[in-house]
Amino acid sequence: MGPLIPNGVIPYEWSNIIAIIIGIAFGFILEASGFSSSRKLAGVFYGYDFAVLKVFFTAALVSLIGILYMDYLGYLDMSALYVHPTYLWGAIIGGAIMGVGFVAGGFCPGTALTSVAIGKIDAIIYVVGIMVGVFIFSELFTLFQPIYEGSFMGNITLMDSLGVNRYWFVFLFTALAIVIFKLSDMIRKRTKKIFY
Amino acid sequence: MKTEKQKNSHMYWNPYFGGFLLGILILFTFYMTGRGLGASGAMKSSVVTIVDTVTHSHAEANEYYSKFIKDNESPMNNWLVFETLGVLIGAFISGGLSNRIGWRVQHSPKITRKRRLVFALGGGILFGLGAQIARGCTSGAALSGMAVLSTGGFITMLGIFGTGYLVAYFFRKNWI
Repeated sequence: MGPLIPNGVIPYEWSNIIAIIIGIAFGFILEASGFSSSRKLAGVFYGYDFAVLKVFFTAALVSLIGILYMDYLGYLDMSALYVHPTYLWGAIIGGAIMGVGFVAGGFCPGTALTSVAIGKIDAIIYVVGIMVGVFIFSELFTLFQPIYEGSFMGNITLMDSLGVNRYWFVFLFTALAIVIFKLSDMIRKRTKKIFY
Repeated sequence: MKTEKQKNSHMYWNPYFGGFLLGILILFTFYMTGRGLGASGAMKSSVVTIVDTVTHSHAEANEYYSKFIKDNESPMNNWLVFETLGVLIGAFISGGLSNRIGWRVQHSPKITRKRRLVFALGGGILFGLGAQIARGCTSGAALSGMAVLSTGGFITMLGIFGTGYLVAYFFRKNWI
């Protein structure tokens, strides 16, 4: 029963090898989907290319539904999975700062790495920028500490916060995604084409 | 011949196909390791390693760096660092197969190369800062968090895209 490495089905020593293999697949998928192009990524904010939206939400839904099925069929213990912790204001403020960075730079860290791999100099500068950002955060840690450690709500899920049924939520989220995908196609048809 | 090549280099996968494979990969990652994917973690490890190498006492005294420094192993000995090495290899293979490899600065014809690089640096700094405050980036917090329905993951996702749309108007000259 999964997860395999924490449960000792696969020895811990394999974890770094598996990390590289997973990384190769991750990089390949992102690059092949066009995420090494900042102009394609930025399209989601201006309506001329919705690849980010489609890839991102399709991936989230496939993994969400997949985890539910694997748990249901007994291959994976859902309660053993790591749930990203919720620090309410950290998530809001951090997310907002990242949003500005995304539109200004045209990348997020993962997509910038795929772009570095194919030699784009703007992506290399962007990654240097990320490291400078991490450095600034660390050096001024005492300043950011209240946001970083404050408003901790635990490793909660939407089931705890909204009190909804897991299966209904995923069903409605899927339906919403399909509507959004259709809408995005309609918006793209009305937007002036950008060639890049 | 040349134009043929040019055309091919901009042929990307169908986004639903890419998204489907990415979802399967996230599922596989959770099945294997019990955690999701990440990207900014390796850059944090790199910064910690650089600071630790340059001035060990300063890194130990800092409350943030010291979280990631262990006595007997390097901060680079980390799952995310190996995963990131894989990302670079995988993207290089994909780019190589589609003739997309080459040194260049990609920018809109309406802006200069210099302007693009300045905004890339600034955007990177902001993203690096935000990813530390939110404890993860689009991959680690938003995408992997959403896969397990983490409230924080959903909020971070809404924060990133919501703010992106809010400020997109001010950066429009860079892109359209």
